[in-house]
Amino acid sequence: MMENAAVAIEYRNVSKCFKGAGYNAVDDVSLSINEGEFITILGSSGSGKTTLLRMTNRLLDPDAGNIILFGENICDANPVQVRRRIGYAIQQVGLFPHMTVAQNIAVVPKLLKWDKERIDNRVRELTELAGLKPDEFLHRYPAQLSGGQQQRIGLARALAVDPKIMLLDEPFGAIDAINRLNLQDELKRIHGGLKKTFLFVTHDINEALKLGTRVAVMNEGRVCQFDTPENIAKNPADGFVESLIHSCRQQEKFWEGLV
Amino acid sequence: MELIQFAHRNYNLLLRALSEHIQMVLVALVLSVILAGLLTVLAMLFKRLGTFITYLFSVIYSIPSIALFALMIPVLGLGRNTAITVLVLYNQFILLRNFITGFNEVDHAAVEAATGMGMTRIQIIFKVRLPLSLKPIFVGIRLALVSTIAIAVIAAFIGAGGIGLLVTIGLETNNNNRILWGIILSVGLGLATNAVLELVEKRIKQK
Ligand SMILES: Nc1ncnc2c1ncn2[C@@H]1O[C@H](COP(=O)(O)OP(=O)(O)OP(=O)(O)O)[C@@H](O)[C@H]1O
Ligand SMILES: [Mg+2]
Repeated sequence: MMENAAVAIEYRNVSKCFKGAGYNAVDDVSLSINEGEFITILGSSGSGKTTLLRMTNRLLDPDAGNIILFGENICDANPVQVRRRIGYAIQQVGLFPHMTVAQNIAVVPKLLKWDKERIDNRVRELTELAGLKPDEFLHRYPAQLSGGQQQRIGLARALAVDPKIMLLDEPFGAIDAINRLNLQDELKRIHGGLKKTFLFVTHDINEALKLGTRVAVMNEGRVCQFDTPENIAKNPADGFVESLIHSCRQQEKFWEGLV
Repeated sequence: MELIQFAHRNYNLLLRALSEHIQMVLVALVLSVILAGLLTVLAMLFKRLGTFITYLFSVIYSIPSIALFALMIPVLGLGRNTAITVLVLYNQFILLRNFITGFNEVDHAAVEAATGMGMTRIQIIFKVRLPLSLKPIFVGIRLALVSTIAIAVIAAFIGAGGIGLLVTIGLETNNNNRILWGIILSVGLGLATNAVLELVEKRIKQK
């Protein structure tokens, strides 16, 4: 569908084995992701999703294989420069406890030396986008927010400078169903179609199939299927993907039984 | 009674000993914190060097203070500056242990987020680790201050003045009042400082 789009991220036979572990946390992964795609990564706990993201912005270096961003092999690039081009919302949120909400969101714009007015406007805009009232929340410290509110600010912070590549590690994990739906729509809107490339990790198969232009299903460090949501639902590549779809269908049945 | 009379008569002497002592301790403390701060930054940037530095100062810390003062005389001579050097050396172990542990124990997720956002290692040290380590930094400074007050008393043996001079002269002239006042002043100063700093520490925690 995006025949002519540039390749934004390419993983070539990427493997990672943590010291002392007897298995590969990420095992010979090869993926080619086009600019403008919204990739969701679905997989059970410990399947290597976070590890794959962390290698993408050089928080970790692969033991084997290469990762190429817009034609540039990042193993040769300066890690700090690579990271500034990529937005990253980490799974544990990781807001800075000594900074207010406003200061947290402003960290990267400040690193990039934006002027104050531009930062202030952007901070308010992002807080609203995260579904929180600026006047109420901007001056609070992270400890004064609920878990879900912290997570939304974490997402706002990652989006601050509107990077072309976003790595989102379960950004909605602690958010209730209603807010989650709103944020999913909001995120789709921000992604906007052509120019931005999102990698979005989730446990939730519905979320993965709804948001992804393509879905990567991971199990035990390997990508068992990388395809459009329709194809995944229609032709599961192996037993693991099948069992995922099956569990989803079971839930549907449960609902039908209730109504 | 005799003790109070002695203080009455030698009011100026005691006051001068006390103020000399406080001065020496403060200079030593300021220099200690600056040096420990620099070493902590180095230790954060170069892990191996950090391990070596901490080990080195733990060895120095285990030398009895009298011996260290004596060792320094041939190098630096007698006097206040030698005493301050020794005090600074002693403090490094206490300060470094608290600073480095504090820096290392900062919430891992905050450091991960900072790294992921593209902060340099220096930026992470000053913008994330330092502001999140104020508590252990303060504890280190309090412990170093109280220990410096006590060790500085011994520095009178190498001619650094201060409260220790009351004790040394007291010993030479067999004047128990002098010795006792020396002890009272140093213990009192130590306790008072500790109490004040503990209060400040509590206020930091409440924030
Ligand atoms: N720093 C580390 N040191 C050693 N092993 C690690 C480290 N980080 C992750 N692992 C291991 O690597 C494997 C993959 O971990 P990863 O965090 O990538 O999983 P995940 O798919 O993100 O799981 P979850 O959905 O629970 O977040 C796991 O078996 C984990 O124990
Ligand atoms: Mg994870």
